[in-house]
Amino acid sequence: MNLLRGLAVLILFQGIGEGISHIAGIPVPGPVIGMLLLFLALQFSHTETPAWLGRTGHSLIRWLSLMFLPACTGLFFLPDISRNQWLPIAGAIVLATLLTLLLAALLMQKLMSAEGERP
Amino acid sequence: MTAWLATTLLLVLTFAAFAAALWLYRLNRGRPTLQALMHPLVTGPLMVSAILVAAHIDYDQYREANQLFFFLLGTTTVALAIPLHQQFHHISRLFRPLIITLIFGASFAVASALVIAWLLGGSIETLISLAPKSVTTPIALGLSEKIGGLPALTAGVVVFTGVVGAVMGPLIFRWLGITDDRIIGFVTGICAHGVGTTRAFEISARCGAFASLGLGMTGALTAFSLPWLVIFFLD
Repeated sequence: MNLLRGLAVLILFQGIGEGISHIAGIPVPGPVIGMLLLFLALQFSHTETPAWLGRTGHSLIRWLSLMFLPACTGLFFLPDISRNQWLPIAGAIVLATLLTLLLAALLMQKLMSAEGERP
Repeated sequence: MTAWLATTLLLVLTFAAFAAALWLYRLNRGRPTLQALMHPLVTGPLMVSAILVAAHIDYDQYREANQLFFFLLGTTTVALAIPLHQQFHHISRLFRPLIITLIFGASFAVASALVIAWLLGGSIETLISLAPKSVTTPIALGLSEKIGGLPALTAGVVVFTGVVGAVMGPLIFRWLGITDDRIIGFVTGICAHGVGTTRAFEISARCGAFASLGLGMTGALTAFSLPWLVIFFLD
């Protein structure tokens, strides 16, 4: 029952987000707007997150890999693009992602120790 | 085969592949490098696509049957607000490091990808389809369409970026000696969006909260700036 109550609230916010995204015609997807609205609602309610909502949310997040599986499978079924574009695409993704991970992590570590933060 | 039977079987295929992928992943516990490469987001889709190819089923039919997961992906995105709210006190305290890392990370991810692709001989269409690569899929698709890329290519590029970031991230952080889960989470969220966020939640709730923050902020920043930059450079 608690799981259903949590799911209903989350789907309600998802629907409101989709509605706003559609009506306002902004390129931000509905679920992201829904997340923002739920976040604001929780922030301004000044109470603890209801346990039933927290439990539903955390169980959904725990299974995020499962929900990504069908989308990730699409990677193996890309549309035909000219053969000589594969190297630039794969090379750019792998190298740029590695470089960004490396540099952003070093930068944030520097900034945090400058603020006297300990892990 | 009747339609409902095909739909049921294709849904069961997702669950079965996920169960098998999770089993493989847990089998390699204690071997961190191998385990990172055997993440369910790598092995699961491999198994599903092998079966689809062997059975001559097109991806569109599989996707149609698995609409449930695409819908729940949205619901789970909304649910990310909960850990974000619960961990927010950490976040407001670290405002300055977070904002600077965000602006650097989000723009460097796009710029370095474009330069590398251009050096390797990428066409203009390829470059434009690559630009939204570090943003969560739904935002990236809308952007690619707006700036004249190929949305289907962008969808693949985004997922590939996420998997590369989620798989390589832990290896890089270990190599750098970074153990602070706030840094690991936030940087993974910036570079590897939803896929990376999944990975971050496996590390800790705080790591996941910082990853969802990185994902949300990168998405918003890119969504509002990229269309203008493309117009500026192409005209």
